[in-house]
Amino acid sequence: MAEEVKYTPQTWPEHPETANLEGKNKFLGFWLFLGGETVLFASLFATYLALKNKGPEGMEFTTQSLFELPLVFVMTMLLLTSSLTSVYAMYHMKNFNFRGVQTWMAITVLLGFGFLALEIYEFYHYVHIGFTYSQSAFSSSFFTLVGTHGLHVVIGLGWIILLMLRNAKRGLSIYTAQKYYTASLYWHFIDVVWVFIFTVVYLMGVMS
Amino acid sequence: MSAIAQKKGFGSALWDWLTTVDHKKIAILYLASGGFFFVVGGIEAMLIRIQLAVPDNSFLSAGLYNEILTMHGTTMIFLAAMPILFGYMNAVVPLQIGARDVAFPFLNSLGFWLFFFGGIFLNLSWFMGGAPDAGWTSYASLSLYSPGHGIDFYALGLQISGAGTYIAGINFLVTIINMRAPGMTYMRMPLFTWTTFVASALILFAFPPLTIGLFFLIFDRMFGANFFDHTMGGNTIIWEHLFWIFGHPEVYILILPAFGIFSEIFAIFSRKRLFGYSAMVFATVLIGFLGFMVWAHHMFTVGLGPTANAIFAVATMAIAVPTGVKIFNWLLTIWGGSIKVTTPMLYALGFIPSFVAGGVTGVMQAAAPLDYQLHDSYFIVAHFHYVIVGGVVLAILAGLHLYWPLMFNTMLSEKLGKITFWFFFLGFHATFFIQHFLGLMGMPRRVYTFIEGQGWDLFNFISSMGAILMAIGVIVLVINIVMTTVKNVPVGNDPWKDGRTLEWAIPQPVPFYNFKRTPLVRGLDTFWIEKQEGNKEGMSYAEPLSDIHMPNNSFIPFVMSLGLFIAAFGALYNGEKAWAVPVLVIGLGITLASMATRSLKDDHGYHIHKEDLMDHKGGNY
Repeated sequence: MAEEVKYTPQTWPEHPETANLEGKNKFLGFWLFLGGETVLFASLFATYLALKNKGPEGMEFTTQSLFELPLVFVMTMLLLTSSLTSVYAMYHMKNFNFRGVQTWMAITVLLGFGFLALEIYEFYHYVHIGFTYSQSAFSSSFFTLVGTHGLHVVIGLGWIILLMLRNAKRGLSIYTAQKYYTASLYWHFIDVVWVFIFTVVYLMGVMS
Repeated sequence: MSAIAQKKGFGSALWDWLTTVDHKKIAILYLASGGFFFVVGGIEAMLIRIQLAVPDNSFLSAGLYNEILTMHGTTMIFLAAMPILFGYMNAVVPLQIGARDVAFPFLNSLGFWLFFFGGIFLNLSWFMGGAPDAGWTSYASLSLYSPGHGIDFYALGLQISGAGTYIAGINFLVTIINMRAPGMTYMRMPLFTWTTFVASALILFAFPPLTIGLFFLIFDRMFGANFFDHTMGGNTIIWEHLFWIFGHPEVYILILPAFGIFSEIFAIFSRKRLFGYSAMVFATVLIGFLGFMVWAHHMFTVGLGPTANAIFAVATMAIAVPTGVKIFNWLLTIWGGSIKVTTPMLYALGFIPSFVAGGVTGVMQAAAPLDYQLHDSYFIVAHFHYVIVGGVVLAILAGLHLYWPLMFNTMLSEKLGKITFWFFFLGFHATFFIQHFLGLMGMPRRVYTFIEGQGWDLFNFISSMGAILMAIGVIVLVINIVMTTVKNVPVGNDPWKDGRTLEWAIPQPVPFYNFKRTPLVRGLDTFWIEKQEGNKEGMSYAEPLSDIHMPNNSFIPFVMSLGLFIAAFGALYNGEKAWAVPVLVIGLGITLASMATRSLKDDHGYHIHKEDLMDHKGGNY
């Protein structure tokens, strides 16, 4: 088994994530899962575009009156940076530097929490001014699209935290490296979806 | 755990079934529960035909009829046809490609239990205030305003079982890509593996839109959202799009594995290599691809406009081409073959004309102007029963006979099997052929009764009589299964004597680790090649005897699915009962906690040592 072997930076494989069949299966299976997730978000995007600014007669909420780019810009920066820091973590994983992995994953988590806090504030603000989930078709589709992304962030944060705590003592092996690698793939996917949300929901919303 | 035979008590046998991760046992679980739901859906069909046997009938009330009609369609598609096909995939595909198990045995078990709990949840609606009643398509304009909880059961139940299907799809994709034995190149994969592969890819991309559509329905009905409510800016057509973007590929998810089973049968019982193998593969992939381009042909009458209708009409007609390629290849496989008309072969021979008839009416409906006439009439009912029953169900019954010896090491009676076939086949045509004409005469679908003297009386009566013949056929099949199980005569290796692919080369009963040594695949129909060369063992090997790594059984998939099952009750009664939200939270908590347990607890499996393998003959325990 993988955990019986003690690796050094010299014997550590170039691609621990696909070093055995189990890893190859996880690697491929997770990519396929992300393919399905892409269709899932595509459906949400299509619905949002169809229902954007649609509501009961005389609704005053529009994308232009609602969205404020400065806040969203900060959120975008936090999440994009967190994707970069997770790349650093993977870089250290390839170099068999476990401390580096944990440190950069921790920074990723902190940035993720920053993003999440701002998103919660944003949602709270909308609800506060009357743009609730049930207010209109527009509000339902907006909260469902952006909220589903937010839920992915929550799950990703929980996942990475559990990974870091569980493996803090035992360090890197082929077995644990594969787990870190999959979590970081997931985190990148969350980031990519946000790029589309930023463009389609916020930028296009403020422009048109 | 040891490989040595032990007699087990009922408790430990049950525990074994609840925790198993062995693809062969999960196959039996799929087959048994799919078979159960098949019988439930069949009883619902009989009730429908009894109600429609005579005009102005009052056997069922209008509301109850709607519920039975909805549950018949939903049950047959989601809980009977797909799971039974998954049963065959699980039983056969790993053996066909020379693998010891699927890529993710744990997820395989999870997929089954999600499907199972979803199906149970959906059917509990009968006992908890009424079943869904908006048709299996559950168009939002109807389902949003359906009183009671029927639609909630539909949306939540399908959500849970759909998650299971999605997981199973990914599992098969990875299994087929990564776990093929040495020499098993893509163009040497048996057709059933190929069709499983393409159907799994369709599942991967078709189920997420359904998930989203169902979530919209759940949120609209239970949590105050407004996706489909036009007074709040919503749009009910969104449901139709999402449903059919899923729904049309779903048809191919069902029919492609059916094609695969028939391709195996034609080659085995014509004792001839499948004609046009590469064209068959190409046609399978092309059907899968085109399957995503045609969903709006279900919505011609919605008013998407002539341009959209024209594009979708042409795309739909294009599917007839690869399907025709397949039909001709099957015919040419039989041509000049040394044919043995066994029960599976009988079903396969019956399949060709039945399915062609269903395909021809499909092309008729693809012509959008004609579809305006046919839409929502019994012509549509006749068409989709010709492709689903004439294609998928015949394949399921053929596959049951074909793969029964592989799954249970006994042989279903050929005599009773042929009796079943003739009752079922004649009953099927009697039931549905005449419905084409009922449709052309103007009878709309989904009506609970009709007024006499419109010229529909006799045809409806004939249709109901046909349904009785089908029921007799199924009863004979059940007797056959019971008798075969009671007699329990083992059949041994290569039960059909003409097996061509790896699954027939394996010792019977199949050892729980499948292959003692990973086989070397030397060509298409590798077992046939070995037999031709006089290899008594039936296989060449790619490796020396060594330790085999096996996964541990796990109870977590059951608990994970149970959590969602509990949570669904919370969602269902949200805003109505005080305990709803706590139950929702507890249920989701159980699922999340078991996910965390799975992630945090190491589970490396165990090894069977080669010394133990040496004199192990096979058999389960």
